[in-house]
Formats: sequence, C-alpha cells, structure tokens
Amino acid sequence: MKKIFQSAYLAFIFLFLYIPIIVLVVYSFNTSRFSTNWQGFTLDWYRVLFTDGPLMEAFANSLIIALSSSTIATVLGTLGAFAFYRYRFLGRKIMYSFVYVLMMSPDIVMGISLLMFFITIGLSVGATTLLLAHVTFCLPFVMVTVYARISGFDRHIIDVAKDLGASELQMFRHVMLPMLMPAIIAGWLLSFTLSLDDVIVSFFTTGPSFEILPLKIYSMVRLGIKPEINALSAVMFLVSLLTVTIAHFFFAKENK
Amino acid sequence: MEKAPIVRLREVTKRFDDVVAVDALSLDIFQGEFLTLLGPSGCGKTTVLRLIAGFESLDEGEIVMNGAPLNGTPPNRRNVNTVFQSYALFPHMTIYDNIAFGLKMKQLGKSLISEQVDEAVSIVKLQGLENRKPHQLSGGQQQRVAMARAIVNKPQVLLLDEPLSALDYRLRQEMEIELKRIHRKLGITFVFVTHDQEEAISMSDRIAVMNQGRIEQIGTPTRIYEEPENMFVAKFVGEINIFEGRIIEVYNGSATVDIHGRPFKVLNRKNFSTGQHVKVLLRPEDLAVTRDEDSRPVSPSLGGVIDEVIYKGKTVDLIVSLDAGETIFVTQFFNEDQEDVVFRQGQRVHVDWPYGWEVVL
Ligand SMILES: Nc1ncnc2c1ncn2[C@@H]1O[C@H](COP(=O)(O)OP(=O)(O)OP(=O)(O)O)[C@@H](O)[C@H]1O
Ligand SMILES: [Mg+2]
Repeated sequence: MKKIFQSAYLAFIFLFLYIPIIVLVVYSFNTSRFSTNWQGFTLDWYRVLFTDGPLMEAFANSLIIALSSSTIATVLGTLGAFAFYRYRFLGRKIMYSFVYVLMMSPDIVMGISLLMFFITIGLSVGATTLLLAHVTFCLPFVMVTVYARISGFDRHIIDVAKDLGASELQMFRHVMLPMLMPAIIAGWLLSFTLSLDDVIVSFFTTGPSFEILPLKIYSMVRLGIKPEINALSAVMFLVSLLTVTIAHFFFAKENK
Repeated sequence: MEKAPIVRLREVTKRFDDVVAVDALSLDIFQGEFLTLLGPSGCGKTTVLRLIAGFESLDEGEIVMNGAPLNGTPPNRRNVNTVFQSYALFPHMTIYDNIAFGLKMKQLGKSLISEQVDEAVSIVKLQGLENRKPHQLSGGQQQRVAMARAIVNKPQVLLLDEPLSALDYRLRQEMEIELKRIHRKLGITFVFVTHDQEEAISMSDRIAVMNQGRIEQIGTPTRIYEEPENMFVAKFVGEINIFEGRIIEVYNGSATVDIHGRPFKVLNRKNFSTGQHVKVLLRPEDLAVTRDEDSRPVSPSLGGVIDEVIYKGKTVDLIVSLDAGETIFVTQFFNEDQEDVVFRQGQRVHVDWPYGWEVVL
C-alpha cells in the first residue's frame, strides 16, 4: 500500500514537471495553425522552421556564443580554481566569496551593470560584448564546480607529484587535469546550457546586429505563439536531453 | 660508521607565523642508515622532513646534501623521495602508472620504465596488481604502492612520514619487518618519522628524540633506552621509575645517593658533588623485587607492599606501593628454578637493583 502511494506520488510530480513540455511537443505536430485542438499530424512546422532564414541564423549565433563562451569560461575558471587552491595570497578568501556573490547576483543587475561597463569603455553592443557577458556569468559556476572537486583531493597530491620529479606544468597536465576532468566537463555543460537559454543578460548586452535565439523567440512570442515556435522548442528540448544523457553516461563511466 | 654525512642540517630554523616549528636544529644523516625522528605530536618531525624534501623553505641555517647546499632547490630536483602518511596515490592512474610516474617525468624509455617498475613491484611484493586502481587495494597494499612509487626513482634518501600509522596493529608489525627488509635490500638512507617509541626502537639504527623543534638526544636505540640524557627522553621512551635523591658521598667514579633515607651506591658518570639533588631513574625490568618472607634485605633497598599483579606469560608486572608513599612499576622474569615464588597482592617486598643499572640525572 505504502509502495503504491510512493509510486503515485512520484508519478504525479513527474507529470507536473513534464506535462507542459509533452503538450508543447505534441502541438508541434498539430496541423491546426491557431487553435489548441488537435487536427491531425504534420511535420510542416519543422519544415517552416528549418527554412526560416533569420531564425536559423539566430540559432547558429546562439550555438556559437554558447560553445565559445562556455569553452573560454571553462579554461579560465579551471585555472582560477586551481590558483585559489594552490597559491596563498592576500585577500584569497574574500576574493573567493566574491565568486559566490557573482553567482548569486540577479541577472538583471548583472545585465545592466555589464551594459554600463561596455558603454563606459566605449564598446558598442554586439557579438563581442555578448560573448564577454556570457563568459562573465558562466565563469563563477565553473570555478565553484572545479574548486569543489579540487578541495576534495588528498592535500599532498601536488607535493607527491613534485616530489616524484614533475615540474609545475607536468604536475598540472598529468595529475590535476585528469583528476579534475569530470568537474571540468560538468562545468562546461553547465555553462553551455546557461549560455544557450540566457535571456536577461543577453537582452542588455547584444544589439540588433547580432540576434540570438532566446531573444528572437521572446520577440516572436510577443506577437502570439506560432506552431513553428513549438517545433523550435521541441528541438531545443531534444538538445538538452542529449546533453544530459551524454553527461550521465560520462559520469556513470567515471564512477565505475 | 665513520662515513661522511649524506645530508647535514646546520642550525636549521623554521617558523610558521609565531610558531617555531624547528628551532636551530642540527643533524647529520649518514649514508645507508635507518634514522628515526621520534617525538610527540607537534614537535616538528614532519617539518624537518618537509624541509629536507624541499616543500618548505627554511628561515635560518642551511641543509647540505652531498656537500652542496640545497637552498632554493625545488623538490622535483632533489635526489630525495617522500612516502606520505596518507599515501596520496594518484586515484586516476593504475598501480603501474602510479609507480611509473617518476620515471615518466624523467622521460625514460618505455622498456626501461617497465623494467624498473617490475623491479620495484617485486621488491614491495605487489605482483599481479599492476592494472588495478588504488581504490581497489587494501590499506596495506596502498602503502606498498606508495613505497614502490618512491623507491623506483632510486633516491639517495627516502623520507617516510608516519607511513604505518594508518594501518591496524597486525598489519603494522608485518610492514615494520617489510620496511626493514626493503631498507637492507636497497641500502639507501631512510629517514623515518614516528611518535611510536616501540616502532622506533625496533626498526632504527639511530633515533633522534625531538621535542619542541629541537633534538633532545640522538643515538642507537639501546643508548636512548638505557642511557637517556635528560628527563624528557627518559619519560618519552618506555616506562621508567623516577626516585628523588641526594648525593651524600662521592668516590672515584661512583657515589652514594640517599633515597628515602637509604644509602644506595650508584655510578657517578656526571661528576655530581656532595649535597646535590638528583633523580635516579630505573626501568621496570632493571628493578629486582624480593618477598620479605624469602629473605630479609641485606643491602639497602626500598620496602613496600604489592598493589597489583599482572601476569604476562614470560613476565609478570608488579605495581608496588613503597612505604615512602610512591608507587613504582616493576617487571620480573619468571625464574624457572623457583616456581613456587608467586607474587600476590598485599605481600611485603623489598626492591633494589644491580649497581650501575640506574641512570642518575
Ligand atoms: N603549514 C603550517 N602552518 C602553520 N603552522 C604549522 C604548519 N605546519 C606545521 N605547523 C606547526 O609547526 C609545529 C610542528 O608541526 P609538525 O607538523 O612538524 O609536527 P609533527 O611533529 O609532525 O607532529 P605530528 O606527530 O602531529 O605529525 C606545530 O606546532 C604545527 O602547528
Ligand atoms: Mg607529522
């Protein structure tokens, strides 16, 4: 009896979480353009979607920004976390807590302050500023993820590597990097998804010359939800699903 | 042992903020010896090792290795390897790769590496486990990997920081023997750190007893045990009974000490003079206990009553309450010829010791 109740409860939660997405995916195959009732199966909206030039361009832009910003943030964040762990310097603790502050600060604040910063230094908003902004908000997540793993290491692991004759670079390359790899990948995936669906910070830090998908969708939705948006959302959901699955397999292998 | 020291520490001082971890310490380490740093927690043993390995920089003094000062030489360029207490094996590498790490860093050829790793593996008896990961090994096996990973580099000096303290009692005794065997086989210098005096005594060629960043006494285990130079060493290494006394007469090389009103003849190694207050130290096994019912005392002795009898097989431990008020600890060997001499609680006894077995400080 208790078992049944538990399963039902779990099922309910999952339904609650996933019904909206399922509905969306289902309607992306609906023939009807305007109504919410089912009128038959079609793949038309997907065809419309993939032939919509500006939308596809925004999608490509989004991918480029997400790939490059998460990669840059991962490299910088990993080196940063390592530096925080390896070197003792003045204000180390305070600096590290600022990483958390950055992570917690509301997007709107970050968006506005970045915009003001770019204006101050005379950068006009576009691809470059957007990339910088995305690197900025991804960086703390990578740092925190990597630092969490590094601080779980045996505290003599660096000493051992050096004792056995490794230079600083060899130690980083042969000991730190492989041991940190799961955290680095996790940080990258996290950054990638954060960057891909960011609306608020991007809204302030890009201009009309460089459109990205979430902003494009946002402006389209204001004129009403079109079925191709359903199709697009379904595609994006598939991408996230793939990312999660890849991550899962990677970590399952690691834990064996 | 008239060899030149391989490592010399000269007046080495190391401070952490306002803590003096190592205090103007001088130490000569000789080629091939098994030297143990023994001392209570926090006395600076680990810091001495880390200074030799190069993980810490010293504030004063210098460390000389093979005649050349080591100042500023980074750990990766010292011909010294360390075995850490926590082992700190590389978790992402197989046992083979762990052991091969140092050789790979030196960029030796594949076949040479494999040859030397095999040799190290057989010295520490880890054959067949090369392809496992560290977390698939037992504590004792991980310990052996840590050893192999260090000795494969053929260091001149191997530093071991409490390598056995994470093991349980049985395994620890087994590894003590293994360590000695490896030491003999390799012939390299071992500097071993422990706060366990039994471990130190059973394994070392020489022991340096440390306290508060200084060396209190250095010498063979027998010397340290039989002839402690000061109260710290006497109390730290093994059980010991301490009697307060006063020199009442001095002869050539010996003296008479008054302990609780009895005149005892002792060796006078330190040129004590009449009237001086001294401490007379005696190991439990150096004292002799005789039952009053067997014989009345003929020479000076201390009377008392047996408080507790603890049989240990070959020996029996006695706790005796002296008439003068103090309690002493005595170990007696069973005398096969006198099997009827049985000690019981409450028996009156007298305690003395053979002339010269005492230490007077
Ligand atoms: N990195 C450090 N920072 C500050 N103080 C330190 C540091 N390392 C050691 N100390 C201090 O130096 C003193 C000696 O420490 P050390 O680790 O050498 O002792 P130890 O003899 O190895 O002790 P144990 O038997 O507990 O390992 C201690 O008072 C310790 O608190
Ligand atoms: Mg220590």
